[in-house]
Amino acid sequence: MSSEHGQTTGEYIQHHLTNLTYGQHADGSWGIAHSAEEVKEMGFAAINLDTMGWSIVLGALFIILFRLAARKATSGVPGGLQNFVEYMVEVIDNIVKESFHGKNDLIAPLALTIFVWIFLMNAMDLVPVDFIPRFFALFGVPYMKVVPSTDPNITFGLSISVLCLMIFYSIKVKGFGGFTGELLFQPFGKNIFLIPANLFLETMGLVVKPISLALRLYGNMLAGELVFIIIAAMLPLWIQWLPYFAWALLHLLIITIQAFVFMMLTIVYLSMAHESH
Amino acid sequence: MNPNATLIGQMIAFAIFVAFCVKFVWPPIINALRERQANIADGLAAAERGRREHELSEERAKEVLKEAKVEASKILSLAQNQGDRLIEEAKETAMIEHNRIVQSGHTEVQQELNQAKQALREQVASISLAAAERILEREVDVKAHSDVLDDLAAQI
Repeated sequence: MSSEHGQTTGEYIQHHLTNLTYGQHADGSWGIAHSAEEVKEMGFAAINLDTMGWSIVLGALFIILFRLAARKATSGVPGGLQNFVEYMVEVIDNIVKESFHGKNDLIAPLALTIFVWIFLMNAMDLVPVDFIPRFFALFGVPYMKVVPSTDPNITFGLSISVLCLMIFYSIKVKGFGGFTGELLFQPFGKNIFLIPANLFLETMGLVVKPISLALRLYGNMLAGELVFIIIAAMLPLWIQWLPYFAWALLHLLIITIQAFVFMMLTIVYLSMAHESH
Repeated sequence: MNPNATLIGQMIAFAIFVAFCVKFVWPPIINALRERQANIADGLAAAERGRREHELSEERAKEVLKEAKVEASKILSLAQNQGDRLIEEAKETAMIEHNRIVQSGHTEVQQELNQAKQALREQVASISLAAAERILEREVDVKAHSDVLDDLAAQI
């Protein structure tokens, strides 16, 4: 509740949306930013400790969980964890087989990593909004944004990595000439006067993909998180559980779908990168 | 939105996690899955083979049973025949034995009868002799009259 902290509702919401950013202050010293202005001053040479940290923790959780199952994986009767992990692997393997027609040993594990990692990051949304920030506040940490996928740095980090892979595989499969040829001579044809138009359209097409990936995930998660924050900020404590529960139920669907969409589009984009037009 | 080094950090983390997943997570799981698929396919094929073999052997067993039944009925009828023959033979033997015994019985009786007749004759002769002695009140010369007496005895 906002009143407990002596914050206005607006301040409460703003506080929840602020990252714990570490960087160089305007006066040259290094430290944690305490306001949006300070964050701006830090520029690019700063890091969001909270979202970065949670992102790595959740990625590590994924790797450890699945590595545990992989170490014990046998062709015999599977146990509980192995069953779950094998189910995920099988589903993703089938999806990749259906939508990706080249031969590439990277795509399926990449898709698995993307899906599970993004799902876990999104799932942080379901932790009641004040739990983790209050806990860290006990240790004097001023800000704590726990849902990594509400930080555009995180979602763009993922989608730009995907863009890099798209360009890498385009060049690997079609050669550098083939890749630049696609940029210069499509979609209008091989004509020297059409090159600017072609280049513009193709570059746009290439750049728009990671932007849409990142913004879709960011937007959905930010909106979901905002609803939780607003529920926590505006409603009296005794009734919060009801809208919280209802929204969490719906949000459970959204976090899964968003993770799935990100994975699916990554597979499709990489599949397109493998095919020459 | 403040773009900062978190972007780079996330890209590095992403690369590391994906690399780890490609190297250490995906292959063991997918291999185990494929191996199990192969195992199950083998098992199903073996079960199918077993089922067919079972059917075949059931068929064979039925045939053997039928043959055995035929054989048994053959043996049974043979035994019946043999038994009949044996009974027949036994009856014949018994009849022969019976006749023989009856025959010998007859002979014996005849012999005894003859002996009894002989003894009776002799006794009659001696009694007659004694009676004649009494009548004549003297000794009869047995030798002189034995011819008569024997003749008499024979007539009795």
